[in-house]
Amino acid sequence: MAEVVQSGPVEAQARHVVYCGVCTLPPEYCEFGGTAKKCEEWLKEKQPELYQRLHSEEAISANLSTLSISAQERAAKDAAKKEAKAALAEARDAERKAASKVQIKRVERNKRKHVTVIAGLEVYGLENKKVAKELGKKFATGSSVTRSAAGNEEITVQGDVSDDVQDWLLEVYGKEIPEANIEIIEDKKKKGSS
Amino acid sequence: MFKKDIPPSNRSKVKSSVQRGLRQRFVEAYPGFEPYIDDILPKKAQLDAVKLPEKCTLYTIDSTPLFYQPQDGPPIPHLKLIHQYPTALPTVQIDRGAIRFVLAGAALMAPGLTSPGGRLPEKENALEAGQVVAVLAEGKETACLVGTLKMGTEDMKSKGKGVVMEDGHYLGDGLWRMHLD
Repeated sequence: MAEVVQSGPVEAQARHVVYCGVCTLPPEYCEFGGTAKKCEEWLKEKQPELYQRLHSEEAISANLSTLSISAQERAAKDAAKKEAKAALAEARDAERKAASKVQIKRVERNKRKHVTVIAGLEVYGLENKKVAKELGKKFATGSSVTRSAAGNEEITVQGDVSDDVQDWLLEVYGKEIPEANIEIIEDKKKKGSS
Repeated sequence: MFKKDIPPSNRSKVKSSVQRGLRQRFVEAYPGFEPYIDDILPKKAQLDAVKLPEKCTLYTIDSTPLFYQPQDGPPIPHLKLIHQYPTALPTVQIDRGAIRFVLAGAALMAPGLTSPGGRLPEKENALEAGQVVAVLAEGKETACLVGTLKMGTEDMKSKGKGVVMEDGHYLGDGLWRMHLD
């Protein structure tokens, strides 16, 4: 973290603040973010200098000395609880990601015309609206976000582009979505299951 | 105010005349930002408005948040802006014990400011209720909360209890975590 640059009374530069890559808070506040351990590792790796300063013996003892013992205990308990909660949420999220699938459905519209319906992207942190726009641009067709009968949001791309969509998803969002979690459904009747 | 995550919403461009007005208001409200206003909000830059819940509007340049404005209220700088220009706003300081409550979104209470770890301005620079202040924390360099005071600082010193600030923008809240790209 840069110190305040004081180059004259008026022309002070904007101070640059480093934010933690894990919890997005300034690193000094990582201990309150619920992912303290991970933040610490991140900081050690990315900002060794800052890490030295924040996690030196001196800093830690200074932190502790200002609180009464009972308050410290309570804070520690609270922090532990928060951390456990965060870990649990993360585990659940990962599990959900592993379990859920992106479905690419080809729906017959009228004998030889089809639309491609893509559902389940939001689990992977993608925004339907943005992806729809991208897809529309990519395939030069109409592409929109629609609400299915069940009330879920899905992307409808005009034309049969299911294979291309799969390729495109893997190419662009391959990091987020494992290939095994994308499935192409041909038959309209199988909707949702299989 | 922004305890919940904010769903991504539409952004719209701000008319340049409106932008000029906003800039004026912002500088008027925060004379501390005046020397830097050309860095923060260059005259030529295109300001975007993003709608927030509770009739607030957030103003950004590209994906850098600048300040948000509740309906008919004064503009309040985003914490990232405060971190960049820590001296531009009047500040108060809370003690270490209060940090975790503030970061959990609790209302700021007076004892956190009046205790030995906290700091309030001297009598001659006393702040009135309704003033927007940045809240620093004991042992930290960056601000953790910004919002309007509900109680003047002299009142706090004499009473020593009660709510000082509600509805602030704190580190890690919905506004902080909001993605702007």
